[in-house]
Amino acid sequence: MTQLKSKGISLENLKVNFEEVHDGLNAQEAMEESNRCLYCYDAPCIQACPTGIDIPKFIKKIASGNLKGSATTIMSSNPVGATCARVCPTEELCEGACVLNHSTEPILIGDLQRFATDWAIKNEQLLFKPGKKNGKKVAVVGGGPAGLSAARELARFGYDVTIFEAEAEAGGLDTYGIVSFRLPQDISRWEVDQVEKLDVEIRTNTRVGTDVSFDELTNDYDSIVLTIGMGNVPMLGIDGEDLDGVHDAIDFVKSTKSGPITDELLGKNVVVVGAGNTAIDAATCAARKGAGDVKIVYRRTRNEMTAYEFEYDFAKQDDVEFNWLTQPVEIIGDENGKVTHLKCVKMALGEPDADGRRRPSPVENSEFVMEVDAVIKAIGQSRYTDLIEGFGLDHEGGVVTVDPETLQTSNPKVFSAGDVIFAKGQGEAMVVTAAQQGKEAAMAIHKQLAPEPTSAYKSFNKEEHTWLT
Amino acid sequence: MADLSLNLAGIKSPNPYWLASAPPTNSGYQVQRAFEAGWGGAVWKTLGEPILNVSSRFAAVGFNGKQVAGFNNIELITDRPLEVNLKEIYETKKRFPDHAIIASLMVEPTQEKWHEIVKRVEDVGVDGLELNFGCPHGMAERGMGAASGQVPELVEKQTMWAKEVAQTPVIVKLTPNITDITFTAEAAVNGGADAVSMINTINSLAGVDIDSWDTIPNVAGKGAHGGYCGPAVKPIALNMVAECARHPKINVPISGMGGVSSWREAVEFMLMGATGVQVCTAAMHHGFSIIDDMVEGLDNYLDEKGIDSVMDLVGKSVEKYSDWGNLDLNHQVVAQINNDVCINCNKCHIACEDTSHQCIDMLKDANGNDILKVREEDCVGCNLCSIVCPVDGAIDMVEYANGKPPMTWNERQAAIGAASSCDVNLIK
Repeated sequence: MTQLKSKGISLENLKVNFEEVHDGLNAQEAMEESNRCLYCYDAPCIQACPTGIDIPKFIKKIASGNLKGSATTIMSSNPVGATCARVCPTEELCEGACVLNHSTEPILIGDLQRFATDWAIKNEQLLFKPGKKNGKKVAVVGGGPAGLSAARELARFGYDVTIFEAEAEAGGLDTYGIVSFRLPQDISRWEVDQVEKLDVEIRTNTRVGTDVSFDELTNDYDSIVLTIGMGNVPMLGIDGEDLDGVHDAIDFVKSTKSGPITDELLGKNVVVVGAGNTAIDAATCAARKGAGDVKIVYRRTRNEMTAYEFEYDFAKQDDVEFNWLTQPVEIIGDENGKVTHLKCVKMALGEPDADGRRRPSPVENSEFVMEVDAVIKAIGQSRYTDLIEGFGLDHEGGVVTVDPETLQTSNPKVFSAGDVIFAKGQGEAMVVTAAQQGKEAAMAIHKQLAPEPTSAYKSFNKEEHTWLT
Repeated sequence: MADLSLNLAGIKSPNPYWLASAPPTNSGYQVQRAFEAGWGGAVWKTLGEPILNVSSRFAAVGFNGKQVAGFNNIELITDRPLEVNLKEIYETKKRFPDHAIIASLMVEPTQEKWHEIVKRVEDVGVDGLELNFGCPHGMAERGMGAASGQVPELVEKQTMWAKEVAQTPVIVKLTPNITDITFTAEAAVNGGADAVSMINTINSLAGVDIDSWDTIPNVAGKGAHGGYCGPAVKPIALNMVAECARHPKINVPISGMGGVSSWREAVEFMLMGATGVQVCTAAMHHGFSIIDDMVEGLDNYLDEKGIDSVMDLVGKSVEKYSDWGNLDLNHQVVAQINNDVCINCNKCHIACEDTSHQCIDMLKDANGNDILKVREEDCVGCNLCSIVCPVDGAIDMVEYANGKPPMTWNERQAAIGAASSCDVNLIK
């Protein structure tokens, strides 16, 4: 994949630090790169894409100048294909599977996907049409990638779809959670718009359980797709978490996506706790807001961090310092309740625990204190257990229990997809996985509700079109 | 260091690379720059009555994002006065006495005109003459170029007229826009030609703009056929050279051209009977400096093969070129896939499955890895898989010992004929 290259950080104009860092391919680069594709038969890149995009086909269409067709091929398999072109860990997926890894250099599939979808965005293309209405209604709870994907497919099948979205805009993490300099909000907005234009109603600022009752949904809709994702960062469980200057990484990144870029961190010392994708996002956002010093503290080592290598490299370019084997034990504030210091302890790795990662334990008498102006917590995300229980669904620690084939929950009428069914040890919580699960949930619902196989279904899954008989 | 010097019908040049009569040899300035860069000779852009050219003259055909796979032009012969060209030829020859300057000529098909032009250009010291019977556009409508080059009688007669007064070797440049080039080549020989050169450009329309629906190129919205050349025409040119080279009555040297872009094509043309090559499109695409690699690559090739002189290459492959009826029907090659080199793009499989003989299987090996395997008994040795394979060495076409004695179609027909003419009826 193309290495993400920081263009440096401006302290004078913080806003530019949040503009997309990667420019994408120009037309000539796209032409050369697309012509380099071998157009493999039964291509491994397709197998490696969780949404099964016919990659050689969309690349061939770029080479022939059929950009609308190319974007349609992409978006047909992946309703958030423009976002995925930017945020997928392509070297672990399509590009990692490219046969040219064995001879020269893999094709820049992500960049080509972006080239085609950027064209569609820029030229305001509407790529799909709603299916002939079949009279059935489906509620989608949560308008993130999984929800949008399910809604898009159901709308194409002919369902009357309503998305219930708690935020002011749909798109979920794509709109609010992935840093602007990797994924500008407009990309996610276009994908939302593509879904909305298939007659999908998106009720924003609508929280299920508060603004709409669980019963209302259960009674008024033929089927429900639960795609509520995950919640905020859980508590560290140490003293001082309520001090002024302690932030939740999800909220912190969100503030850089939806509001104006503020300068309260200019020149300040910031510590981010954790070393996952969100921790990297928070650290680079802090650096780009002009923080003088940004440190990541993580209780294990680089080997165990869940952030991708490319994210790590990118953070290093933004001068983020990584402090491995370091665990915060107390956040210390001044008399005004403002955070001033972070007390940490050094850790040592022991035997591997249940998930295979070596378990860290504190080193005796290794406590130390660092001066900080802000602490950003990024140690994972909590679960929307209340919502899940509101629907009366079985779950394990906030992870909805589903049939792995159909994504059906313990309530036959409710299906679930995306981060809300993502449990430890089930691979990675990627946008592209959420998109695929959304498609699968839509298909399972269609299988359950469709009066007869529709043309949409047939074209969707030709090989199994005998399912109803 | 091999001897790269060339002798074509008495015309000598320090290496076998001449610039063909075309835009690169339009002026003394250009030809001198070319000689400075290392070109061995130049065929001056065709002299004749100065013409008027149109604006918007060239077009090219790209392939898979690569520019200039083929090149098309509607430019005519020189648009400069004869006196100016002659003066510059004289000056260039004086400055580069060891380089070959050949004057390309085109005049109306009369004895008087040919005599006049031959005398005038020989007066300024050219090393040879090339009669342009090939230009396919613009001049043909006036009875010159390809119009005369397509009629064997006219080729013979005009060659004769030029030969009547010529002191230097006469090369006849032939058009490929004809059913069988050996007819006109033979006519040139009958007219006394000292050599033939081929191919001139092929009638062509480079393209149609799918937005404006105009031809490419177009002059104020109108197009006319041009002449096609460049890398894409090499196989056509090479065949024409080879057909002439193996023709018993065409016993004069051949100057080969058409798609020569590097020393490799030069070697191919020379092996197929060309005494030296002419180049245009490659120079137009990249400038004169490409001669550097053309000379060095050829020199290294000859050294590697232990060949002392480039002239020793001439015609070495001609006897290997024959008619289909002389090919061994019992010879068999089959594809073999080297799975350790193969990158599993499966292009060979789908090419064979969809468009050839369905004999490449996608399988798993004992460790569950994807492999491709040829069912040799079903392989006809068509080469398609090895052609579409993107990796060097992944597919070999190997000889398959089927135990059958060689038998050509001609031998087979002769045997059948012999059998049916005697009483023993073998075929029933």
